[in-house]
Amino acid sequence: MVRRQSILEERKKSIIDKASFCRGDGSGISCGKSSVSGAVSQRACMFSGARVVLNPITDAYHIIHGPIGCASYTWDIRGSLTSGSDTFRTSYSTDLRETDVIFGGEKKLEAAIDELVAQESAKLIFVYGTCIVGVIGDDIDAVCRRAEEKHGIRVIPVKASGFSGTKSQGYKLACDAIMQLVEPYKNIPKVKGINILGDFNLAGEMWIIKSYMKKLGIPVVSTVTGDASCESLLRMPSAQLNIVQCAGSSTYLATRMEEELGIPFIKVSFFGAEDTTNSLIRIAQALGDEAAVRKAVAFTTEEAEAAEAFLQAYRPKFEGKKAAIYVGGGFKAISLIKQFNEMGIETVVVGTQTGKEEDYEIIEHLVNENTVILDDANPSELEEFMLEKGANILVGGVKERPLAYKLGIAFCDHNHERKHALAGFEGIRNFTREVNLSINSPVWEYCR
Amino acid sequence: MLDLTPKKITERTALRINPCKTCQPVGAMYAALGVHKCMPHSHGSQGCASFHRMYLSRHFKEPAVASTSSFTEGASVFGGGSNVKTAVKNVFDIYDPDIIAIHTTCLSETIGDDLNSYIMDMDIPEGKLVVHTNTPSYVGSHINGFFNMMCGFINYLTKKSGTPNGKTAIFPGFVNPGDMRELKRLATLMNVPFTMFPDTSGVMDAPMTGRFEMYPDGGTTVPEIAGLGDCGEILALGSITSIEPAELMKKKFKVPYTLLPLPIGVEATDRYIMELSRISKAEVPRELEEQRGQLIDILLDSNQYTHRKTVAIYGDPDTVVGLTALCLEMGMLPKYVITGTPKEEFTREVRALLERYGETDAVVKANTDLFELHQLIKNEPVDLLLGGSYGKAIAKAENIPLVRAGFPVLDRYVHSYLPLVGYTGMIRMVEHITNTLMDRQDADCADEDLEVVM
Repeated sequence: MVRRQSILEERKKSIIDKASFCRGDGSGISCGKSSVSGAVSQRACMFSGARVVLNPITDAYHIIHGPIGCASYTWDIRGSLTSGSDTFRTSYSTDLRETDVIFGGEKKLEAAIDELVAQESAKLIFVYGTCIVGVIGDDIDAVCRRAEEKHGIRVIPVKASGFSGTKSQGYKLACDAIMQLVEPYKNIPKVKGINILGDFNLAGEMWIIKSYMKKLGIPVVSTVTGDASCESLLRMPSAQLNIVQCAGSSTYLATRMEEELGIPFIKVSFFGAEDTTNSLIRIAQALGDEAAVRKAVAFTTEEAEAAEAFLQAYRPKFEGKKAAIYVGGGFKAISLIKQFNEMGIETVVVGTQTGKEEDYEIIEHLVNENTVILDDANPSELEEFMLEKGANILVGGVKERPLAYKLGIAFCDHNHERKHALAGFEGIRNFTREVNLSINSPVWEYCR
Repeated sequence: MLDLTPKKITERTALRINPCKTCQPVGAMYAALGVHKCMPHSHGSQGCASFHRMYLSRHFKEPAVASTSSFTEGASVFGGGSNVKTAVKNVFDIYDPDIIAIHTTCLSETIGDDLNSYIMDMDIPEGKLVVHTNTPSYVGSHINGFFNMMCGFINYLTKKSGTPNGKTAIFPGFVNPGDMRELKRLATLMNVPFTMFPDTSGVMDAPMTGRFEMYPDGGTTVPEIAGLGDCGEILALGSITSIEPAELMKKKFKVPYTLLPLPIGVEATDRYIMELSRISKAEVPRELEEQRGQLIDILLDSNQYTHRKTVAIYGDPDTVVGLTALCLEMGMLPKYVITGTPKEEFTREVRALLERYGETDAVVKANTDLFELHQLIKNEPVDLLLGGSYGKAIAKAENIPLVRAGFPVLDRYVHSYLPLVGYTGMIRMVEHITNTLMDRQDADCADEDLEVVM
């Protein structure tokens, strides 16, 4: 039995232990809500959600309008790679001070945009309103509008006061900003090809996916937002199909594009052999491109066989090992469970920060009876369930790494700090090697 | 790559590019982690707590636990009173700390939340404590947050019983746990009974035990903070970081203080040790004499590789003052000395140091950013960069070696376990700096100039 006393009453609705508790009344998991006050939440805020989605646009200037912290903490935080400009890796902020808070920050924002434009040849600026900007009532819409007229460039407001929603709602703001950017290009003629949504080119993953598209003979019109540029984003409305990799952040954008631009979308995942194979074939099918389907089948069969041969050598090293997953979105968690299955590792704890109800339903069907499922878990819950279920490795993000190590549990970063590309067939090899290196590190000999 | 910085320096009044500071709350969180069985609590949006924990985790490679009031739209209209009350109840129920240390954020400050009255209205369990401090993010930097949180603890907890406890209070400044360990080692060697406050050693450098300890063994205890009022005196290290809590102690409890620079470099370490010796009347033990002698020996040995080498130093004000002294003692030439923290005392202190060595050409600036530093370097380069990880882009773009020191260091390991302070710290830095410059010489020299003996 779980040490139930250490779980907040309000939190019980956000935890499913199929074997023993919290559910059974058919009500489903409670998710997508703000964290409970007093929780040691692993989650960030609305601003963070918007910021991480827009950050990878390589030639965009991101001005954080607020006190310096929000700019400092999000300066170059994603390992998004670029094949073009690296403007996005520079941090811009209005660094609001007390007098700005008292007298309003609009003038300072206006001056900051002017100073930026005077210095750089900016085509696209995103202006993020942070918590206090929402409270002191700066009209950043008006400032951005005036700046667009004055400088003849795009200046798009992202009103992302942290308190006004969850990280997922921040993703939506980012999607709205992208739609605002492409608005004047809505009616450009369609061309053959797809947009890749919800991949951020961490460790160059977008390039792997693009290389697959090339093999299948499917042109890529634009990527959103990994390795995207202002120019490539403007081509976005001309695509025939959107494929959505990170569903949590980009389904909303895909839905808007379907409704407003008539571009259908499919959700895909390139984590693990099963999902990569299915995704490639489904993309070709969705385009009605028989040649591409044949190529996809041939390519994935070959690659999946090679991956299987690779995995076979590793499976003995993973025998009896158990995994815990704690990631941002539900779709990634689903892929990871499958991928661990392919590796011969059982998933015993699975949680997400922003998973949706339908994600949790799929997760429930994928895992064994005694697996624990959590929404917005905190460190003590993760500790408790990982130890109880005997997890050997945790897959998570930056805040979970030291936690895992303190518990003597191996770790693999599947978030901003991933060290190698984890997508596609290359990703299977990288992920497997990384999990093996961590699980079978000699350091564990000294811990036990 | 990473080289977009224009050489021409244009005046900026509104735009901050590549900051060399962050906001108050993260400093407050770090200070609170230096109190035993304390849960730092962020009274604001949940993103704040998440960002600060991530930032601290990345620097210390340790879990940084803190809770949040999780502001919603409603809270930001009607005030965060009910959020913080629920939060405090939940934190005591579930995470069971001895004490909760609340710091505010830009949001809760701007809407005018009155933490004093919220805390008075709270149902705090018997034997548990709640303290708070105000940390408006739009004032100062994370350094202000650190000393404001210290003041918060003192205001709530410290008392003067009238019976001296025979101890000296040591305020370590915003430094790594490795520094705090070294400062304590020196005080112990000098036979001075002390309370270090705050003390993150044993918390942010806790050993691996196979369990996740939400409250590791380290940290200043609540009785020790209460007892600060009975201390004979205070050694306040880092004149910019520690002066406010030291002043507060003097005003409230008549405990006198001596303000010292962080003991980085020979002279500042000598001063710290002489102050300890003054307090305990103890002779400097042979162990320390020996170590100091080794350090001087090392300085002599390596001197030819560091003498007149130019360096750009950036980071937190007291740390940068210390590193400037250290570089000067190594015969180096600090050319650019900057901090993002808006404190003019910084420029005065650095200038005074430079003048003593007859160096008056350096650019010394507070309240500036790494973009400006980069522009300065583009106009006139230096041989070495000394500071945190965010100088990495400059190092890469300008092909200048970087020695990491200070906060934050996000891309290297072990730094937080080992000191910058004391003779130990300087020996370590001399090794880093000299080897970095010599590695560079080896890498750059012509084949025929490659020497085995250097």
